[in-house]
Amino acid sequence: MNIYAIKAIYIHEMSRFFRTIIGSLISPIISTTLYFIVFGSAIGSRITDIDGITYGAFIVPGLMMLNMMTSSLNNGAFGIYFPKFSGTIYEILSAPVSSFEIVIGYVGAAATKSILIGIIILATASLFVDLEIKYPVLMLLIMIMTVVSFSLFGFIIGIWSDSFERLNFIPTLVVTPLVFLGGTFYSIQMLPELWQKITLLNPVLYLVSGFRWSFFGTGDVSITTSLLAIFLFTLLCISVIILIFKTGYKLQT
Amino acid sequence: MKNILRINNVSKLFPNNVRALNKISLEIEEGEIFALLGPNGAGKTTLISSVCGITRQSEGNIKVKDFDTVTEYKKARSEIGLVPQELTLETFETVWNTLVFSRGLHGKPSNPEYLHSLLDDLSLGDKKDERILSLSGGMKRRVLIAKALSHEPSVLFLDEPTAGVDVSLRKTLWNMIRSLKKSGVTVILTTHYIKEAEELADRVGIINQGEILLTEDKKVLMKRLGKRKLILSIESKKNSIPEELKELNLEFGKTNSTIIYSYDSKDRNSDIFEIMSRISNSGLKILDFETHQSSLEEIFVDLVSGRSQ
Ligand SMILES: Nc1ncnc2c1ncn2[C@@H]1O[C@H](COP(=O)(O)OP(=O)(O)O)[C@@H](O)[C@H]1O
Ligand SMILES: [Mg+2]
Repeated sequence: MNIYAIKAIYIHEMSRFFRTIIGSLISPIISTTLYFIVFGSAIGSRITDIDGITYGAFIVPGLMMLNMMTSSLNNGAFGIYFPKFSGTIYEILSAPVSSFEIVIGYVGAAATKSILIGIIILATASLFVDLEIKYPVLMLLIMIMTVVSFSLFGFIIGIWSDSFERLNFIPTLVVTPLVFLGGTFYSIQMLPELWQKITLLNPVLYLVSGFRWSFFGTGDVSITTSLLAIFLFTLLCISVIILIFKTGYKLQT
Repeated sequence: MKNILRINNVSKLFPNNVRALNKISLEIEEGEIFALLGPNGAGKTTLISSVCGITRQSEGNIKVKDFDTVTEYKKARSEIGLVPQELTLETFETVWNTLVFSRGLHGKPSNPEYLHSLLDDLSLGDKKDERILSLSGGMKRRVLIAKALSHEPSVLFLDEPTAGVDVSLRKTLWNMIRSLKKSGVTVILTTHYIKEAEELADRVGIINQGEILLTEDKKVLMKRLGKRKLILSIESKKNSIPEELKELNLEFGKTNSTIIYSYDSKDRNSDIFEIMSRISNSGLKILDFETHQSSLEEIFVDLVSGRSQ
């Protein structure tokens, strides 16, 4: 195991994050604040409590999930796409590193950044609403599994992409709608029955619901179902990555 | 001497059916400077890329210090440093960080003293904390070299190191390559300048259309490249060379109105003006003359048609 290489990739990726620290952290702070102004105060004051939780508090887990998922996806994809695009991939390919070590380095960094963003949002949100997290360990576990699986998913997209269009295709056209429609900002109980059923097909619902459960002890689906879904999704992403490298899809030409 | 690199029967067929390498076999001795000389598109970059793991050969095998580049790629690649043909660098990074990154990537523990001395050797000491985008092209080239040497490799590949580089930097790079050899590093460089091979290499390999046409000691090859021709236009159309000029081995050109004298430019004894006066004294009237040095292209034609062997 080339630990030094994993460390080098990880630090390299993190340093890009810290180089643009203002943008990296200020933007989630600003967007969270705006969400609270718009949804929390302006609209939220007209929405009744959901399961005894104020709307402001209700959207915090969703907001964190939304940002962590998009951040993992984008960082995971961009991290490996950028060297391909700029040509610096030659160095990774000619170094004594295995595909596995490359994945750990890039995915580890993308996941770390996304966790940091999640924590920043939680901290910002706590300035606006009173929050009490019922199951903090579970919360952290779901956070980690979500960012790791989405970073892996992003990495797959980054390997598959040969243009910026492809790089953006899945995140914008598939994931963003799923995230918004997955109960991030509402409980599915607020939907008509047919839509409730359709929403149950959305994998993101299970992640968001499980995450919300760790905060408040309630969710759209049971916590066991949620955990099972998160576990399966992570497993699926890992399998796809292994399949990609085993079946000869290479970064090499 | 021991062979540090053994390329055995390597072919590369790209998915678009371009056969970039065709059954190449090549051995590089430890400690030598080897120049791979060939025109654009000959397959130089593809050959280097196959050794380093950037492309995977379709056929054949490659061993670096007895480590197979596919089955023992980690050990093989640890021995190799690569300076790519293009100036591919992450522009927002600092010189220092990119060096630390390269060393780590190659599985070496940090060693700031070594990296500092490397930067000093390449006259980049004062650029350590600069971002790469603020550097000139020549400095970027040196940063790439520093990156390639950051993990103390025993074999260094330089892919067209002096293409598009000004004369003074070219001289600096040549000196640097010579001192690398002194420190024990095996250097393999590609070039399409004969001059560069002549200046630097111990041995030269000529590659064209994915095939190695010859590998030869530099001195032997340069002798062949040093051949010159004196081409004379003459007035009276004769059918044979006068008897007294036989020892000059003159040949007729395409028509009988030109005659050709071949000589070695490094041979001090062949004074072309003396030759010309001997010819005109024999009764041939010289109208015009030109001299001509064998070019790499001609050598290629010779090699392909098998005339020069
Ligand atoms: N990735 C690739 N896909 C398809 N053809 C390629 C690729 N890389 C190089 N080639 C082709 O292989 C041949 C050799 O190219 P290259 O090794 O770059 O030559 P050189 O470095 O000697 O100029 C060329 O015909 C080139 O077009
Ligand atoms: Mg080339």
